[in-house]
Amino acid sequence: MEKQWFTISVYSENNVGLLNRISGIFLKRHINIESLNVSKSEIENVSKFTIVINATEDWTRKIVGQIEKQIEVIKAFYHTDDETIYQESALFKIASGLLFDERQIQNIIKDSNSQIVTVSRDFFVLAKSGRRHEIDEMHKLLEPFGIMQFVRSGRIAVTKSEMQITALLEEFQEQ
Amino acid sequence: MTRGTHPPKEGVGGRIMETVKEKKAVAKEQKSIRISGAEAIIHCLLAEGVDLLYGYPGGAIMPVYDELYKFQDKLTHILTRHEQGATHAAQGYARVSGKVGVAMATSGPGATNLVTGLADAQIDSTPMVCITGQVPRHLLGSDAFQETDIIGISTPVTKWNHQITKASEIPEVMAKAFFIAKSGRPGPVLIDITKNAQFEEIDFVYEKCSGVRSYNPVPKPNMGSIEAAAELINNAKKPYIVWGQGVILGEAEEELKALIEKAGIPAAWTIMGESAIPTSHPLNVGMVGMHGNYGPNILTNECDLLLAIGMRFDDRVTGSLDTYAKQAKVVHFEIDPAEINKNVTADIAVLGNSKETLKLLLPLVNKNSHETWHNKFKEKYKVEFDTVIKNDIHPTKEGLTMGEVIEEINLASKNKAVIVTDVGQHQMIACRYAKFEDSKSNITSGGLGTMGFALPAAIGAKMGAMDREVVAIIGDGGYQMTIQELGVIFQHQIPVKIVVLNNDHLGMVRQWQELFFESRYASTVMVNPDFVKIAEGYHIESKRVSERKDLKATVQEMIASDKPYFLEVKVEKEDNVFPMIPSGASVSDIRLK
Ligand SMILES: Cc1ncc(C[n+]2csc(CCOP(=O)(O)OP(=O)(O)O)c2C)c(N)n1
Ligand SMILES: [Mg+2]
Repeated sequence: MEKQWFTISVYSENNVGLLNRISGIFLKRHINIESLNVSKSEIENVSKFTIVINATEDWTRKIVGQIEKQIEVIKAFYHTDDETIYQESALFKIASGLLFDERQIQNIIKDSNSQIVTVSRDFFVLAKSGRRHEIDEMHKLLEPFGIMQFVRSGRIAVTKSEMQITALLEEFQEQ
Repeated sequence: MTRGTHPPKEGVGGRIMETVKEKKAVAKEQKSIRISGAEAIIHCLLAEGVDLLYGYPGGAIMPVYDELYKFQDKLTHILTRHEQGATHAAQGYARVSGKVGVAMATSGPGATNLVTGLADAQIDSTPMVCITGQVPRHLLGSDAFQETDIIGISTPVTKWNHQITKASEIPEVMAKAFFIAKSGRPGPVLIDITKNAQFEEIDFVYEKCSGVRSYNPVPKPNMGSIEAAAELINNAKKPYIVWGQGVILGEAEEELKALIEKAGIPAAWTIMGESAIPTSHPLNVGMVGMHGNYGPNILTNECDLLLAIGMRFDDRVTGSLDTYAKQAKVVHFEIDPAEINKNVTADIAVLGNSKETLKLLLPLVNKNSHETWHNKFKEKYKVEFDTVIKNDIHPTKEGLTMGEVIEEINLASKNKAVIVTDVGQHQMIACRYAKFEDSKSNITSGGLGTMGFALPAAIGAKMGAMDREVVAIIGDGGYQMTIQELGVIFQHQIPVKIVVLNNDHLGMVRQWQELFFESRYASTVMVNPDFVKIAEGYHIESKRVSERKDLKATVQEMIASDKPYFLEVKVEKEDNVFPMIPSGASVSDIRLK
């Protein structure tokens, strides 16, 4: 079976030790976590882990099974890129002087649909959300001018189809 | 049940929170008692029906030990001589009794000494609760004396773990610990309790846990898959059952027997499932796996339907997966969804508790006998008997074999003993040749293969089934890994029978060296002490047998004794265990010599 990108969504109770438990499952099979995001979910007090890996579907399914059996995990799913709407965010910190001296930077900002988050005497910060390749593209364009700092977030994703979990979580909410 | 509009605030299950709510209501009427966290732990144990635990004290758990002192009349604490011994004793206790075993230790080295037992209980699905002391909350993370991140360390080897840092958490967390350890597919739970939480006072009320919202211990059986399984059974010409410990954990022995008898299906066991059906049952065809029986292994690749019941297709059972039962339809009866299609792809998965699913299946299967198919097992048995078994249990050579010792134990105990084995050649021989009439009688370290398991596990087994004969079968190597637990046997006069099958080698490793490393015996020759003298040092009656003529009478004397008894049998130094599926080979390539 061929490796591909999978987005694993884990709905869980908030628990300090759970991240360790979940990451251990990937560690055992030597699967690199390409991106990890933890946030609250649509249900109060239920957390959502969004984990991106590159693996075969067979291994992904087994890993999701192992994750789901952890006591605090309510439900875990995996999806291919086609089945999800997903994004990442990035911040670029760039010397302020360039904003005025380099006309091209202004074009990059306009064309990339990014926002200027802040401008100070020494630097300005650009925020960009989008697919990984869009952010990579922008990075490539800005690189020649000098990037003072760069950071990219983990992937966040929602599925195109309804998650089976919705009903389950609603039940929880009623409790 | 009254339900609020919001899920619980804390990260514990909803139903626990419900119990908390209910408890608060109860507390008003029932009047809570004001006690220390340490005393609360004792009350939790008592409320869970615990009257026996194993452990070892130290600084961070001293408040609890102080309470144990006060509650001696209700709760027996057995001081093992090493914390690993405490875990294996708790496991032995759990495995014979079906109850949760409890072990306790201090922080730091005490806690890390539990790790092997936790890993063993995790892989063999044994219900166990371990309680560890921890440095006071304000010192956490400061590299304090005997601080160890036991939560981090034990995470991969526990079903669940949790650190308590305030006394008010104790009742809910302890209730949850016992519920999780015992329910669904059982496993070990570790609760780490900071010292301040042991000292703090709380208003104590206890309510047992009946559920955790994010945890579904037993999947509901799906009638469709059971019907589909029945249809496959009714149409099969050569159906074959391999059962595992799931039958024992689910207490489905009677249901399995009824299925086997009604549908006339030959059935074999993994070592973890052994004893669920009596050895003498005509449809019990023996053991699968690396050193299992010839027929059960080879015919795995001839059956047309493989019913796997409460087993997880361990690699020691299947050999190479690429050539395992490829010709057969596979039906997997399993409580843990993560096991489905993990190693072997199932045509039908029947999720649920084995007792429940087999009960639903039984009325749907037709009566049958499959005599020709069953005869194939008999033929293969004859081949194995002539080439292997005969020489193992009725040897004609001078040296003693492990097999004949096991056979004498069978005869003397009338197949009624609990056999506790360590790990190695003696374990395989014991599993192959021990005969059982009762379930929960073969206690061994299956998944982890933990040398040092047997002696402490036998202590726990005896204490969990005082009315039963308990015989530990141990190798000269593994015996020395937990030999200090003789101190427990001596101190409490626990009447276990200890049999060391001494081949003066780490026999199983030596066998592999002989077969696969051109007999280069790297570090497998044992220079052993005088085991009889050591047992005598603990005032345990002991004997050594080196010649066949003394074997029968000595084994009989041992079984007749109502006291602890140590027996060393000097067996052949370089015997091998056969049949054998070399690791990575197919079950079809099983070697008889
Ligand atoms: C704790 C541990 N260390 C190492 C091993 C690897 N091992 C498996 S069997 C074996 C030899 C056991 O020797 P002994 O206890 O004398 O039993 P025998 O095979 O001779 O019957 C060893 C070293 C193990 N299973 N457990
Ligand atoms: Mg040995």
